[in-house]
Amino acid sequence: MSIAITTQFICFTVLSLVVIIGALGVVLLESIVYSAFLLGGVFMSVAGLYLLLNASFVAAAQVLVYVGAVNVLIIFAIMLVNKKEDLKPINDIKSRRVISTSICLTLLSLLIRVDLTNVWSLSNPQNSIGEESTTRIGEHLFSDYLLPFEVASVLLLMAMIGAIVLARRDVMSKDISTGLPVDQELIEKSSEPLLTNKN
Amino acid sequence: MEYGLDLEYSFNEFLKGFGLSSEIAHILWLPLPMLLVLVAAVVGVLVTVWLERKISAAAQQRIGPEYAGALGVLQPIADGLKLLVKEDIIPAKADGILFTAGPILVLVPVILSWLIVPFGQNLLISNVGIGIFLWIALSSIQPIGLLMSGYASNNKYSLLGGLRAAAQSISYEIPLALSVLAIVLMTNSLSTVDIVNQQSGAGILSWNIWRQPVGFIVFWICALAECERLPFDLPEAEEELVAGYQTEYAGMKFALFYLGSYINLILSALLVSILYLGGWGFPIPVELIAKFLNLPINAPFIQVFTASIGIVMTVLKAYLLVFIAILLRWTTPRVRIDQLLDLGWKFLLPISLANLLITAGLKLAFPQFFGG
Repeated sequence: MSIAITTQFICFTVLSLVVIIGALGVVLLESIVYSAFLLGGVFMSVAGLYLLLNASFVAAAQVLVYVGAVNVLIIFAIMLVNKKEDLKPINDIKSRRVISTSICLTLLSLLIRVDLTNVWSLSNPQNSIGEESTTRIGEHLFSDYLLPFEVASVLLLMAMIGAIVLARRDVMSKDISTGLPVDQELIEKSSEPLLTNKN
Repeated sequence: MEYGLDLEYSFNEFLKGFGLSSEIAHILWLPLPMLLVLVAAVVGVLVTVWLERKISAAAQQRIGPEYAGALGVLQPIADGLKLLVKEDIIPAKADGILFTAGPILVLVPVILSWLIVPFGQNLLISNVGIGIFLWIALSSIQPIGLLMSGYASNNKYSLLGGLRAAAQSISYEIPLALSVLAIVLMTNSLSTVDIVNQQSGAGILSWNIWRQPVGFIVFWICALAECERLPFDLPEAEEELVAGYQTEYAGMKFALFYLGSYINLILSALLVSILYLGGWGFPIPVELIAKFLNLPINAPFIQVFTASIGIVMTVLKAYLLVFIAILLRWTTPRVRIDQLLDLGWKFLLPISLANLLITAGLKLAFPQFFGG
């Protein structure tokens, strides 16, 4: 076994272990902050896996989008909304767990089926494009994938405008949940009066 | 294309002369450029710290460090030694793991980004195809480290500083990336070597700063904001936040932040000089000098001369920018957080978008000047 292949094998093992253990940690850990940071670690290792597959542009885009934007925003939101609040016990937790487990198992079986049926080996592994992939991705985005690309960007724009509408109270005159007129003065002010007569 | 000096090839040939296989020679070669870059980065930081102390002293009509070595040149080393031997403190109520991981996450991406900084045609660690995009991607990891250390310190000033740092670097990353994109559009390549080669046609006249003046200014402002240098040093604003996310840090962990911020400053200056000021190019093309001296461009003497001039020019340009950054730090007041975000989102972002569009239009109209 040559040194390059050994290095690749070691990197692959370490990255896969980090992905699996990190993903389990994201789901199972009690502390939401740890989960968020571990999620960043998982995204980074996935980028590492892309790098091992010679897809350096995809790897860098993964780091930029998922680690630099998505994960930072998740952590940011967690830290801004740092409420110490006891969660209410959910009623029929057992049946919910059964349903979610079965859904996850179905998805897993789908993935396993894809893994088994797909032909993974390249017809000519020496012909992998490597660094040229950046150009190739650009060509595809501006030719046969132009419509999906544009539709996705319109979708993102809609999501952004929606978020702005929800965050800015002066756009809507009524509170959605209570139906009370919204106080336009202070954003921090709660929509219900703080001192209600609780007789 | 000229390749000039190929140190790796000569090194491998040299080791093969001792009967080593090419794989072992390659493994022996690998740590050398990494070590070289680490040493270069640390020496660069020492020089910058000394410059910062001296220039700030001159700006305030003081003398500055004077007794440690001639003109106080040993002062930064003394600073570093002090930080090395200080006690490493983790506050009792802090989160130990995140508290330790934070500074590492801040420093490592910055050092990794040196991978793509070229000092000459072959004088860089790796001419990766995604080049400058790698730097943009890596610099987006930093806010996670800042948020992590801000949260783990269990201190309200630290948390506020971390949040501010993350908000700042997210909002300034976009105009930064857009102004880099305009350069990439002109070069038809993301590689830093190609970006410099594209500017090497006519010496100082072909530098990108003449074709991208708006991009240059936007990039420089955003780079300063990403480095948290003074007009934009809100995350550690002393009067409001003690020291921001660094408040609870001491000893070597603090030194990691310190090193990270200075390495980032030098890296930004190097990248400005690569993207806009012709990188390793001499104001007069070296080919002209070689022709004037009647020497072929491949002559060993010219090769060594070109390489050394390349390193000197890159470092000179970078340190000129570092000097401007230091001068800015000691002469400008700090902006408020709302002014900072207004500047980023309402001024720099539209301007860099317009710059990108205009560059694309000019490229179509004048392909010979703006890259075909």
